[in-house]
Amino acid sequence: MSNKLIDLVHITKKYDDTTVLDDLNLYIRENEFLTLLGPSGCGKTTTLRIMGGFEQPDQGNVIFSGTDITSLAPNKRQLNTVFQKYALFTHMSIAENIAFGLKIKKKSRDYINDKIKYALKLVNLDGYENRTPDSLSGGQQQRIAIARAIVNEPKVLLLDEPLGALDLKLRQDMQYELIRLKNELGITFIYVTHDQEEALTMSDTIVVMNQGYIQQIGTPEDIYNEPQNAFVADFIGDSNIINALMLEDKLVEILGTCFVCVDTGFGRNKPVDVVIRPEDVELTDPASGTITGTVSHLIFKGVHYEMEVMAGGFEWLVHSTRMFPVGTEVGIRVDPFNIQIMHKPESEDEEAVMIDD
Amino acid sequence: MIKKKKLLSGPYLVWTVAFIVIPLLLIVYYGFTNEAGSLTLENIMNMGTPENMKALWLALLLSLISTVLCLILAYPLAMILSNTKANATGLIVMIFIIPMWMNFLLRTLAWQTLLEKNGVINIALKFLGLPSLNIINTPYAIVLGMVYNFLPFMLLPIYNSLIKIDRNVINAAKDLGANEFQTFCKITFPLSLPGVISGITMVFVPSLTTFVISDLLGGSKILLIGNVIEQKFKQGSNWNTGSGLSLVLMLFILVSMAIMQKYDKDGEGAAF
Repeated sequence: MSNKLIDLVHITKKYDDTTVLDDLNLYIRENEFLTLLGPSGCGKTTTLRIMGGFEQPDQGNVIFSGTDITSLAPNKRQLNTVFQKYALFTHMSIAENIAFGLKIKKKSRDYINDKIKYALKLVNLDGYENRTPDSLSGGQQQRIAIARAIVNEPKVLLLDEPLGALDLKLRQDMQYELIRLKNELGITFIYVTHDQEEALTMSDTIVVMNQGYIQQIGTPEDIYNEPQNAFVADFIGDSNIINALMLEDKLVEILGTCFVCVDTGFGRNKPVDVVIRPEDVELTDPASGTITGTVSHLIFKGVHYEMEVMAGGFEWLVHSTRMFPVGTEVGIRVDPFNIQIMHKPESEDEEAVMIDD
Repeated sequence: MIKKKKLLSGPYLVWTVAFIVIPLLLIVYYGFTNEAGSLTLENIMNMGTPENMKALWLALLLSLISTVLCLILAYPLAMILSNTKANATGLIVMIFIIPMWMNFLLRTLAWQTLLEKNGVINIALKFLGLPSLNIINTPYAIVLGMVYNFLPFMLLPIYNSLIKIDRNVINAAKDLGANEFQTFCKITFPLSLPGVISGITMVFVPSLTTFVISDLLGGSKILLIGNVIEQKFKQGSNWNTGSGLSLVLMLFILVSMAIMQKYDKDGEGAAF
């Protein structure tokens, strides 16, 4: 986790008049599991395709281990891609699929056979050599696509929403499988997804993207606990994003009520956004709350109850293991540590895209 | 419900029996009997006469050449089309399909007028001071007519099979180290094979059986097996020999289709 393996420098990409990536700068370290996360159209797949060599940036450079590979053809690059919907060669057997890259490189027959065995074992599909791609399930096809890529011993594996077409249970299993694979192979994974849970589960580093811009780069914990703007907060998990006024250091006025927080350095009387995660909102009896309100919705979610509480003219989303029936008067308390203060977006590009639940 | 569905297939069933099954049986009947109505193999054996063998051989040769030419012309074009943006593709495909809206006979007659000794092409060549082109009434003109008429039947199935290939499959091949040529040989071409086979069948079969093209562009000098059969039916009014020869030709088509099907594992090319 030290050296820069891939460095994207001032990458800009336009399709006709639409700017997909605008002056993007990003580096990926050796051995990192990095996830590009964002809604569709945010430029994450384009970024991956530029690294793979399937798209040319209009401006900027792709540096790989210190060498500029911006205009190098995909077949000359030391990275392999696992494509969305697998892209297996349907006219070949599983063994032929896996052997494809090695045959092109003119490896010996013994070497190829060993590699096929090794790769199938790695993805838990021993004995599938003579099957055809059509006879496999989605999850199995996905694993073959991974096997086909890794036998070439790439330094980097690019994965373009590889689990998108699988059902929930399988997706969760494959997440663990991918983490295990990455650890066994000891190579860099660059992963594209729009699924925040996938990103949080697997990544060392998450890059949150929106409308061609990087919104935040950080560890899963950073991204979840300290989102830098309303977009990130809203995209990662459920959250209450509220307009507020930073009165002074460690004191913020939310919906007309003063809350103690831990943030400093925003100045006095500065408009800000605050993020409070639903699980961080504590419901109490009205007398001991900082602000009071009425429960307006209640849903049982299994692990917890999901409630909406109307307080101060804002509908607070609350996750709690304690149940308060609809109509109950409650007090709301938030631990100062759980109030995350964010600067208001300075430009339109940073503006949060509100997603209605 | 099932009964109702069966009822729906009724008209088609009647059609099939009336216009496909009965005529075929009649051909078989005529093919194996003589004019008096008694059983004979004479009509079938008639294919063995030197002039008929020559006509069959020439028909096989010319339709084979036409099929190969159509493939050589259509494949690169289909590749270009499949890589072009949708709106441009529509236009180019239209250009190839519009001639098909004109009557087949008319198009072939037009070629006759173009290729004649004092036809449009030769007038133009003379005007430019170039040597004249004398291919009318030769096998070259027949091949030209076949290629011109049947090219769309080669182009469309190949184009259809090419656009069905997922771009990412091509990208995956390149990603795994294959260059353009290797990608074409190992991925694109094998995946387009159903279309190629369908195209070959759709060009080869009508070329092999045509008599109109050879009639109009070959004069009456060049006889293909189609012309021989036509003459037996029309001029000779010899339905028995004509049917016999038709059956032998059908056998050739069935064999060639069977060979083709062997290469078409997916069965997508089964156009007939």
